[in-house]
Amino acid sequence: MSTTRPAFTPQFMREDGDAAPWTVLRPDGQLEEGARPTLDDAQLREACELMLFSRAFDEKGFSLQRQGRFGTFSPVRGQEASVVGAAVALDPQRDWVVPQYRELPALLRQGLPLEQFMLTFLGDPRGGLAPEGVNVLPIQIGLAAQLPQAVGLAWGLARQGRDAVVLVFCGDGASSEGDFHEACNLAGTLGAPVVFLLQNNGWAISTPRSRQSAAVTLAARAPGYGIPGSLVDGNDLLAVHEVVSDAVGRARAGDGPSLVETLTYRLGDHNTADDARRYQPADELESWAPRDPIARVLAHLRSRDLWDDEHDAAVRARIGRRIDEAVRTVEGVEPPGVDHLFAHVGEELSPRLARQRADLIASVETR
Amino acid sequence: MTTETLTMGKALNLGLRRAMDDDPKVVLMGEDIGRLGGVFRVTDGLQKDFGEARVVDTPLAEAGIVGTAVGLALRGYRPVCEIQFDGFVFPAVNQIVTQVAKISARSQGRMRMPVVIRIPFGGGIGAVEHHSESPEAYFAHTPGLKVVSVSNPVDAYWGIQQAIAAPDPVVFLEPKRRYWEKAEVDLDAIPEPLFRSRVVRRGDDVTVLAYGPMVATALQAAAAAAEEGRSLEVVDLRTLSPLDLDPVVDSVRRTGRCVVVHEAQVSHGLGAEIAARLTEQCFHSLEAPVLRAGGYDVPYPPARNEEEYLPDLDRVLDAVDRAMGF
Ligand SMILES: Cc1ncc(C[n+]2csc(CCOP(=O)(O)OP(=O)(O)O)c2C)c(N)n1
Repeated sequence: MSTTRPAFTPQFMREDGDAAPWTVLRPDGQLEEGARPTLDDAQLREACELMLFSRAFDEKGFSLQRQGRFGTFSPVRGQEASVVGAAVALDPQRDWVVPQYRELPALLRQGLPLEQFMLTFLGDPRGGLAPEGVNVLPIQIGLAAQLPQAVGLAWGLARQGRDAVVLVFCGDGASSEGDFHEACNLAGTLGAPVVFLLQNNGWAISTPRSRQSAAVTLAARAPGYGIPGSLVDGNDLLAVHEVVSDAVGRARAGDGPSLVETLTYRLGDHNTADDARRYQPADELESWAPRDPIARVLAHLRSRDLWDDEHDAAVRARIGRRIDEAVRTVEGVEPPGVDHLFAHVGEELSPRLARQRADLIASVETR
Repeated sequence: MTTETLTMGKALNLGLRRAMDDDPKVVLMGEDIGRLGGVFRVTDGLQKDFGEARVVDTPLAEAGIVGTAVGLALRGYRPVCEIQFDGFVFPAVNQIVTQVAKISARSQGRMRMPVVIRIPFGGGIGAVEHHSESPEAYFAHTPGLKVVSVSNPVDAYWGIQQAIAAPDPVVFLEPKRRYWEKAEVDLDAIPEPLFRSRVVRRGDDVTVLAYGPMVATALQAAAAAAEEGRSLEVVDLRTLSPLDLDPVVDSVRRTGRCVVVHEAQVSHGLGAEIAARLTEQCFHSLEAPVLRAGGYDVPYPPARNEEEYLPDLDRVLDAVDRAMGF
């Protein structure tokens, strides 16, 4: 008896191929057909202000760095919707943000003072200290190391009966590290209340997304860890908010982790030490300009009469004053001194360290 | 004779180029090494000239880079892995320590591991966390690895070629804050052997040992000491594993005093091993214990505390004073 059956083809090859990202706001600021904003008017204006704050700080930081008044840092530029849309899905009182290093507005939303963030990039040890009650971890420079830590943090909170969620950020580059895969897998097995926010900004320094992984989308990895994965237009504040809110809601309800990939774009240099013109194609950069996440929200708000020139000017002036105030404050901070070098290596200063400290103080004094 | 004035970065670039010209099995792998030429531009232009198959921009995955290099080496390639900064070698440490280092012994010499792992190391550039580490002791402590640290453009140019040609794995440490320092490099010279130390300044009172970024500091200290009538002999160790202490032993037998300088934290560092060996071999000649001048036993600090952490000319001279005071 002869049966005909089709030749075998692998079952999971195509599913990621044609996934379209979730969108709410079109690039012109109009809502997609039938879409409804998940942020109310006041929240939307607040989120927009935070995005503007972030952009203004990037500009200030670059100019200060060029004058030698600020260290090497990575701007958020272009990714404001991805960061802010996710952050505003949290309740800062109970939820946590675990950053990579390009998420300033999410940290601010959690309550981290701008001064604290600035101190880090001024090379001041006090930058690593978040005030009590601000639910953030310090920025992470060792890529992907924060991911399993966020899983443990979320698992710990869940074990302690808190209905808290951990939002952890990483880039498309970082998602190639072993730690990324271990973290997603562990989170799945533990059912930890964590949301992995993978910001795919097209680049990891000079390495384009296409070289980072052969996968068509990074969100499509999620089923391999047994967790839900979502793909969202990362330049669409409302879409990011909606998708992350969904993931946060499930985590809070005890339904475990999610992976969210935001499709966004790094509008320029990796950091102040980089020159992206060496590798970032000019036409690609230009093609993203009309999709600027801030222009999109502003267009939307203006079309609904929620933003006008007067408000715009007032917001920008407020932002400028706040940033200037922070610059003045951090520039007035006394240099850290010897104690910051030794004091917190462990709970106690070992006798040997105490001796090294004394030696250093003596040698500084005799100079 | 073709002599060129080169920075250390450029000398490494030319050394890599020549190694690739000489041996088609040499393959460069790392993050951002292709079109960008690496964050320090050490591989600048190499992808353009040798193609994407020989200068490979990898995904961001240090364990994967080194593990892949092992497999390539098993097929006769000579992979040269660039780790972008010292602090990012740690995800690859499993592959380096449990695999790269042991494969020769495990296979009873049948499988060789001619892998080079280039690491810009050390501090002094005001960088953020994990960009200023001195991880040499971890690797020197691991049998099966060779560890080299160059201090100048001449050694950089020849050393990288020699490391690539070596049959065993070499961790090749490049002092990043010296990348821009220049020297005349004779491109036709007969190079000194790789795994040898070298006396770089003659002197009679104290032997000062240094490597990588600290050689320049030790030489500055020697110049300053000379003004006060004190004569320091400076040795550039060049190779950290195996250590080449014969010239050092000769020197210490003459001077009777020795200071080992490294940027790495002093405790459990290279200096401890060197002090132990010199004590064994020069015990009767020593007028003072072998002393160490290095980093304090704290995590490498943020930029604002960097100067206080880093051993400088004064810390070296303090140690010299102590050695003379015995
Ligand atoms: C473990 C590790 N390897 C290498 C680096 C050096 N490095 C810093 S940022 C970066 C690119 C990161 O790209 P991505 O994760 O996509 O984030 P993005 O900077 O684009 O936001 C690299 C390679 C690092 N910080 N950590």
